[in-house]
This record gives sequence, C-alpha cells and structure tokens, in this order.
Amino acid sequence: MSHVVTDTTTDNLGRYWELKPHHHPEGASTSLGFWVYLMSDCLMFAVLFAVYGVLGTSFAAGPGPKDLFDLGLVAVNTGMLLLSSITFGFAMLAMFAGRQGATLRWLGVTLVFGLCFLGIELYEFQHMIHLGAGPQRSGFLSAFFTLVGTHGLHVTFGSIWLITLMVQIARRGLGPENQRRMICLSMFWHFLDVIWIGVFTFVYLLGMI
Amino acid sequence: MSAEHAHTAHHQDHGHDHGSHAAYIKGFLLSVILTAIPFGLVMAGGFESRSLTAVTVMGFAVAQILVHMVCFLHMNGKQEEGWTMLSTIFTIVVVVILLAGSLWVMYHMNTNMMPQMDHELMQGFGS
Repeated sequence: MSHVVTDTTTDNLGRYWELKPHHHPEGASTSLGFWVYLMSDCLMFAVLFAVYGVLGTSFAAGPGPKDLFDLGLVAVNTGMLLLSSITFGFAMLAMFAGRQGATLRWLGVTLVFGLCFLGIELYEFQHMIHLGAGPQRSGFLSAFFTLVGTHGLHVTFGSIWLITLMVQIARRGLGPENQRRMICLSMFWHFLDVIWIGVFTFVYLLGMI
Repeated sequence: MSAEHAHTAHHQDHGHDHGSHAAYIKGFLLSVILTAIPFGLVMAGGFESRSLTAVTVMGFAVAQILVHMVCFLHMNGKQEEGWTMLSTIFTIVVVVILLAGSLWVMYHMNTNMMPQMDHELMQGFGS
C-alpha cells in the first residue's frame, strides 16, 4: 500500500521537478555563487554609504569636504581604476584566446594601475591625517575613512589575489581552474570599479558642489 | 534525450559571453566621457542651482554604472537562466530601501531632535 502511495507521489513530483540525478560540471555554479557574494558585498557598501549620508554633514566644527578634497587627484585616481578595468578586460580576452604570455602581461599592467590607485589613495589619507583631519576628528571624517578605506582594502586584497593568480597561471597555465578563478577576479575587479563610481559621485563630487 | 543534450549545451554556454575588444573599448570610452562630464561640471563650479548640479552628477553616475554592468560585467537577462539578473534586482531594491530609508529617517530625526540639544537649553539644564 505504502509502495503505491510513494509511486504516485513520485509521479506527481516528477511532473514539476527534475528528480533524476544529473551531472553538473565542476564549477558550473561558481560564477553565480561569486556574483551572489558580490551582491552581499554591495549591501555592506550600501550600509557604509548610508552611514556617510547620515554623518557626512557632522563636521564637529572641523574641516569639511571643500577644505580637504582635491578633485584633480580624485580624477587621476578614477582614471587609474578605469584603465585597470579595461586592461583586465584585455587580459580576459587574451585568456579566452589561450595566449598565456599576453594574459600575464595584461594582468601585470592591471596590477600596476591598481597599485597606483592605492598609492594615490594612501597619499591622500596621509595628507589628510597630517592636516589633523584623521578619522577621529569628526563624524564626517570617521564615515569618510571607513567608506573609502573599505573600498581601498578591497582593492588591496584584489591586488594580492591578482599576484597569486599570476603566479598560478605562470606555473600551471590557463587550465579550466585558472580560467574560473580569472572569471571570478574579473567580476570582483569590475565590481570595485562600480563601487568607486558611487564613491567619487557621492563623497567627492556631491561634497564639492 | 535531445532535451538533455540541449540542457548540457546550455550549461556550457553560461560563461560564453566574454565580450570583445570592441565592447571593452566602447565601455571604456563611454566611462571616460561619463566621468569627465560630472568632474568638469563640478570643477567649473556647477550650475546656478546646487540641487540641479547634484541631480545631474547622480544621473551620470547611474548611466556609468549601467555601462559598466553591460560592457564590463556582461550582464544580460539570460545569464545563469536569469538568476544573476534576479539577484541583482533584489540587491538594488534592498539598497534603495536601505539608503532612502536611512537618509529619510535620520534627516527627520535631526530636524526634530536638534533644537532640544541646543546650547542655551543645555545651559538651562545646568542652572
């Protein structure tokens, strides 16, 4: 009796769901999973943006955006990140074409632009702290350093990942594993560029209006 | 059987939108333009009305984010059978609620609460 019942249930289930086990190629869901991680990262940045939006005008009688920000420097920094985005794109195209040397060269160029971005950002931070406008000065500066610093930390870890991936590609070539890693890192890198659009718009440009 | 074949072929097809040199260069040029205009606008002093400048700058940011999504991240409705797009839309909805809600609530808190934190009132407490 129970056997019959199970049978009809499976029949009914089979109408709506795929019950037969089927093989998923290894790593088939990695890019979607990584995308979902990036979306959760996006939520974290949204919280930091909200904090900056709320505290961004609490200067505690200290310096404001117009006293501290240098738009020329920010424009150069934005250019660095944009250039690193397109060179990463070229690295991806070289990888799909199977050209290992070109992939490594483009990744190297990307790394240089990424490090330039970090260098300029650290110079800006150091300059502000030197002026007495460190993160402990006011709510505005705490929120600023947290938001921009978190983005910078992402770029730092992206650069470390980039270096390790370059070593792996140099040693093991462009196998499916390294291609998968490259796809993930390219998503991460372009995503950081998207976050930077939000940063330079909401923090720097709107602060200077 | 043929349906299964199509299924596997579809699975392998997922990562196949790699973009092209043309797409990357188009995205890059659009991004440069969409970055340069708001920077130039703000550096030149902006429009008469500050809010008009702010809205223009934010409009350019939204346009540039869309350019990045399409040209660099190769987003479209078909990726991973639509799950990429669905998770993105969900995230955007949460982000908008979070940002608009925080700013709205905290703005009202500030305008309603601040007078009571006034200097004179604080002195009144002391005496």
